Amino acid sequence: MSELDDIVRDFLVESHEGLDRLDNEMVVLEERPDEKETLASIFRTIHTIKGSSGFLGFGKLGKVAHAGENLLAKLRDGTFPLDNQITDSLLAMFDAVRKILERIEQTGGEGDEDYSTLVQQLTLLLDGRKALSVAATPTPPPDSAAPALFGEALVAKGVTSATSVARALEVQRTGDPPQLGEILVEHGAIQPQHVVETLREQSEQRGAALTDQNIRVDVSLLDRLMNLVGELVLARNQILQFKVQQEDAQFIATTQRLNLVTTELQAGVMKTRMQPIGNVWGKFPRVVRDLAKSCGKQVRLELVGKETELDKTIIEAIKDPLTHIVRNSIDHGIERPEVRVAAGKAPEGVLAMRAYHEGGQVNIEIKDDGAGIAAERLKAKALEKELVTAEEVARMGERELLNLIFLPGLSTAAKVTDVSGRGVGMDVVRTNIERIGGTVDVFSERGRGTTLRIKIPLTLAIIPALVVTASGHRFAIPQVSLLELVRLEADEVQREIEDLHGAPVYRLRGRLLPLLNLRTVLAFGCRKDSEAAVNIVVLQADGRQFGLLVDEINDTEEIVVKPLGKLLKGLTTFAGATIMGDGRVALILDVQGISQGANLITASTGHSMLEDNSGTAQAKNDRSTLLLFRAGESRRLAIPLSDVARLEEFGHKTLERAGDRAVVQYRGEILPLLHVSSLMGDAKGEWNDPCQVVVYSNGGRSVGLVVENILDIVEESYVVQTRARSQGVLGSTVIQGRVTDLLDVDHLLRQHDPGFFVTTTESAPVGT
Amino acid sequence: MASSQQLCTFHLERLFFGVSVQEVQEVIRYQEMTPVPLAPSVVSGLINLRGQIVTAIDLRRRFGMPDRETGRLPMNVVVRTDEGPVSLLVDEIGDVLEADGDHFEAVPPTLSKEMHELLRGVYKVKGALLLVLDTGRALQSGPPAARAPNR
Repeated sequence: MSELDDIVRDFLVESHEGLDRLDNEMVVLEERPDEKETLASIFRTIHTIKGSSGFLGFGKLGKVAHAGENLLAKLRDGTFPLDNQITDSLLAMFDAVRKILERIEQTGGEGDEDYSTLVQQLTLLLDGRKALSVAATPTPPPDSAAPALFGEALVAKGVTSATSVARALEVQRTGDPPQLGEILVEHGAIQPQHVVETLREQSEQRGAALTDQNIRVDVSLLDRLMNLVGELVLARNQILQFKVQQEDAQFIATTQRLNLVTTELQAGVMKTRMQPIGNVWGKFPRVVRDLAKSCGKQVRLELVGKETELDKTIIEAIKDPLTHIVRNSIDHGIERPEVRVAAGKAPEGVLAMRAYHEGGQVNIEIKDDGAGIAAERLKAKALEKELVTAEEVARMGERELLNLIFLPGLSTAAKVTDVSGRGVGMDVVRTNIERIGGTVDVFSERGRGTTLRIKIPLTLAIIPALVVTASGHRFAIPQVSLLELVRLEADEVQREIEDLHGAPVYRLRGRLLPLLNLRTVLAFGCRKDSEAAVNIVVLQADGRQFGLLVDEINDTEEIVVKPLGKLLKGLTTFAGATIMGDGRVALILDVQGISQGANLITASTGHSMLEDNSGTAQAKNDRSTLLLFRAGESRRLAIPLSDVARLEEFGHKTLERAGDRAVVQYRGEILPLLHVSSLMGDAKGEWNDPCQVVVYSNGGRSVGLVVENILDIVEESYVVQTRARSQGVLGSTVIQGRVTDLLDVDHLLRQHDPGFFVTTTESAPVGT
Repeated sequence: MASSQQLCTFHLERLFFGVSVQEVQEVIRYQEMTPVPLAPSVVSGLINLRGQIVTAIDLRRRFGMPDRETGRLPMNVVVRTDEGPVSLLVDEIGDVLEADGDHFEAVPPTLSKEMHELLRGVYKVKGALLLVLDTGRALQSGPPAARAPNR
């Protein structure tokens, strides 16, 4: 019995594979209905299923498949062409086959469903079309030569005798059952599994041109091979290091060969685990078709780069995230046809999925031409659900706002549908992708569409990494997160690395790059010799950049990632460990973990120094952070950094006037400018060129406070020492040894612009 | 615990310990270690055991004993766990002893809390007391206070 179970299992695996192929092939066929090879392949798959089901006693399955096969045979022979009705029936037939197979897998039986209507429909179609095709040339009965050949094959295999076959053939000619194998089994002249095997061999021979020579291998075997190759790569690396000290020519030649062979072997074994991404995409045409229908939308799916290969484990891991993104795009992204037409777009939306290799990674883009993401709604929703604070939101740029969709518990869908909108999803998508070392980014343009870009590594087992040194220890940094390397000579260090109150930053091509010292991150002592040159490893995590200061940059190396033991699982700083060429263990840095640990993730991209600093400021939030600036009469003023949206500089040329106010166009809005000195009743302050502006935001409205110059950002636990006399000042305190006034911005604004706090329109008020 | 048990023995400070041989994978000389910054202080580092990365745990620290004097290299007792091998760093390796179940006793109540937590019991062997280590407990990172910024 168990032997038969094995056969059934084999049959199931094979049939499922065949069905997966069928879905793809039907999509091809819908576009190019007269592609003979595809039709032939579909026919073969169904034929095999029908044949096997006969021997295994799955009569219902056999009947369904048989009806489909008859129809397919006529299509293949070109007796009549494929049309919509036939396509629908064939798809329904595939579904039925799949359903029965599932039943068999679960229960061992075929289930109670009745498929006679489907069979009838298929037969009717066949008869109807045959009648229609007037010039139907009488085709020879299908496979007329096959029985004899099949019998010969059986005899040749020695599983039955020539006489039994002859007798069975006789029965076949006179009687009704069309299959030779069935008769032979009935006669007890042969074991069912032999028939199945021979049938499979036959169909493989026939399909040799297409299916090539494939064998099925257990994935766990491949995993073991992969591990062994990993070990071999390590040993190879060790020998390569050893080689340097050797002079024996023959030894060197041998190592070189070993090197080459190992590299090739590694590539080969990796390849065995590689699968084209098309394997996952295969199901999308139908998902999209069904979803679009249920949402009342028209969607065309474009798949580019189906052949792009990925490691099997990664393919498995991205399956669900991709499905989720596709659902989102159709449900929320692409509009209904009438809305699209009203917006001047074609009624049919396009969902394009593109996969390509780039720099040792695979990029997958899912792009729709729908309505795009409403950043404002996202913002409101996030605030409403208290996922972020108003201050955080005020400080966010366009890109950060869009990234809010990855927050758990957020959904912009106006109503919850059964497809999506429950607010679980995008965060899971992100978590799943990051778990396999990938990143996901979202780009969106209102009215034009949304693009999600996923970057994932080719494989998880062996990764290229940069080896760096800190405090005499080596660490590996996965190259996925690496952007560039910057080296500053000793004399440049003082000049180039600026200190923002304990937070070092570096101006990388005009943008501020927050710096972290690896020694500090790892709690090693800091280096004493400040004279030495500095190496900055520019890294990216969660779409944000930061620089990691390391003592030395050694080399790039292919490393085998090994997990850390249970005791070290809690360390977010490390992603694992690896064995280096010299046999010693090195730790692999977890770039994301480090960046999160340093609170960089909550800070924004390096646009303004404020945002870069806010990360470190939040780390010690028991003290308040103040922005110090000067305005008129060399008066030192301070406001809480939390009230500040941004620091900007505006040239005089960009200043415009609206009413009696100076304004500036800022981020698509009009930002009124107020000089702090004049606000406080002092003489008219000077307008420098460019003028320094502190952008103050409250309740979605902004105003630019013009100051003489910005002095510093400090963290102080201050005590207001004297109550102030002058207007708009909360009090005075001593900061950095000097008396500083704390500005009461709300009060000042209320006096000068009563409209500011009336929350109405989105755009900033112009004039009074 | 009436039957006898084979124990792999080792010394730590001036105490005599044993681990069931069933749990021990191998005993090896001192290996070069890669320290793990930010790790719990009981973790001495990582060693390369024929291509496998093994966490080394200093039993002295686990028991709250003073550190080994510098220059004195520990030995590795590699024990099997569900999550792969882990190495226990000890001062010196002793013989494998056959301990008689009749001589087994629970940990005397006067011993320190750590001892109680980490020991299964005591065998009274000739001329010494053999403390049986509970490896499962020993491999937990210990009290939260053991988390040191750096070693």
